[in-house]
Amino acid sequence: MSTHPDLVVSARGLSVVLGGRPILRRVDLDVRRGEFVALMGANGSGKSTLVRALTGLRPVAAGEVRLFDTPLDRFHERQRLGFVPQRPGAGGGVPASVWEVVSSGRLTRRRWLRPFGSADRTAIRAALDVVGLADRVGDSVSTLSGGQQQRVLIARALAGEPELLFLDEPTAGVDLPNQVALADALGILKSRGATIVLVAHELGPLAPLIDRAVVMRDGRVAYDGPALDDHAVHGPLFGDSHTHHHHATDTGAPHAPRVAAPLDTAEEGS
Amino acid sequence: MFSVFSYSFMQYALVAALFTGLAAPTVGTYLVQKRLSLMGDGIGHVAVTGVALGLLTGASPTWTAVAVAILGSVAIELIRERGSANGDVALALLFYGGIAGGVMITGIAGQSAQTLNTYLFGGLLSMQPSDVVITAILATVVLLLCIGLGPQLFAVAQDAEFARVAGLNVRAYNLLVAVMAAVTVTVAMRTVGLLLVSALMVVPVAAAQQVTRSFRTTLAAAMGIGVFAALGGLIASAYLSKAATIAPGPTIVLLALACFVLAWPVGSMLRRRERMRQPFEALPPLGHEETGEHPHEHGEDCGHLAIPHGDHVDYVHDGHRHAPHGEHYDEH
Repeated sequence: MSTHPDLVVSARGLSVVLGGRPILRRVDLDVRRGEFVALMGANGSGKSTLVRALTGLRPVAAGEVRLFDTPLDRFHERQRLGFVPQRPGAGGGVPASVWEVVSSGRLTRRRWLRPFGSADRTAIRAALDVVGLADRVGDSVSTLSGGQQQRVLIARALAGEPELLFLDEPTAGVDLPNQVALADALGILKSRGATIVLVAHELGPLAPLIDRAVVMRDGRVAYDGPALDDHAVHGPLFGDSHTHHHHATDTGAPHAPRVAAPLDTAEEGS
Repeated sequence: MFSVFSYSFMQYALVAALFTGLAAPTVGTYLVQKRLSLMGDGIGHVAVTGVALGLLTGASPTWTAVAVAILGSVAIELIRERGSANGDVALALLFYGGIAGGVMITGIAGQSAQTLNTYLFGGLLSMQPSDVVITAILATVVLLLCIGLGPQLFAVAQDAEFARVAGLNVRAYNLLVAVMAAVTVTVAMRTVGLLLVSALMVVPVAAAQQVTRSFRTTLAAAMGIGVFAALGGLIASAYLSKAATIAPGPTIVLLALACFVLAWPVGSMLRRRERMRQPFEALPPLGHEETGEHPHEHGEDCGHLAIPHGDHVDYVHDGHRHAPHGEHYDEH
């Protein structure tokens, strides 16, 4: 295991098992400071699971994950990390304003029972400016379009001023003007030296920003090198013969029968 | 007028109702945000067994109900966390076990259904000074936690995965909300009753969010409605009980529901207006199409809605979108 201060993300022999089924098998991945990496591949190839394992949301069955040269289970500098999950359906059952959602991204830098300081407010405003939603702070998130909601989630991650940003399919189901707005926001971040790891099925307007593409296939890394165009990623080499996007639905484990007793655990796979 | 307030049990009940009306919607806001509106109801059912155990053993039914409700709420939260497809069946088993066990144990204890009724639907006469003190202390603890840890609880309820990556102990916060819900259920037991307590947690939130756009204002408005319903319902039931036997629980809940019924049309109108005023997609029109003869000039007070469309406004006129273009209007 080589340690290197410039390696922001490092996975060695990473395996993830969900519901008894191996989803990721011996994945090696290094991301250097300032890199913009696209994780690509077909549905079920394990690209989302990889990001979830790297952020600690999925248990690691074997291998090691290091963030900022620290093993994941001992990594506590959470303010250095930003995460943009796939857009949740309708959000919570109670209205939440854009400002409230974005300010929850400040929690990594905030102590218990402390009110907001001016540094917090400045960071939240700056994050809203980057995604171009500064004029919507008082609006309820549920009244925004899908693409705007995705930009709110990005602003929430940016509010914590992270050095490393993980994004899970930020462009899925987002219309073109919003994809362009999103690409602009990520371009600003990249120019500031942030390290970005992004899961995407198709790159669209993000393509010019990508330094490196990692293509997953059936739980393993099939390609790791210079950016590819969308067509090459979905070529026969990577096991996806069609190019349109089936958006993954949360129906549970894709290859396992769904019969459960009341106390069985649900296992997610993607 | 003064006759009702001069009774000491009524004064105790009013203090208890004030705290209950504040605490129940506060926890309820987090439950509704997590889409667990019925959790309070489930805990209420389980707490019936707790009350019955108190009646059987001679211990304070309040404390046995707190203990059993906390156990039940932790069980419900753990079942929910497992995310099983059949989790709702497991919850149903727990609810029915709770209420059946409670009624049975009450019978074994030799207590009448009337005794149990004061816990199920609230009862004024059962209020003791010690009950009021317990109610006030527990409700204050719940309020302080709900508001002090507001940012953390909000983040966890809004997006648990994000909260986990941000380093928050999601399970601990979820269990905290469940335990606070259990405590609130038992706090509200004497005022609203176990079978209706969930209504005081959820209905004020449902009414408040008709007209609010943020979490914080929803929370504050729900607390206001909760206090109004709890105090108003209690006073109404005291006056009505001269004519008929009316427990405070139903009047409190019906008053809260009346707030919802009043807020709903306002909210529905606000939402409709907001939809109508949404800007149009910033796409250029497909071609240059002029409107025919136009009877008037669109402007500030022509009565037609002006909606932003890219760099200009379109006027909505009989289902058409008219954009000013030189001396005439274009169809957009």
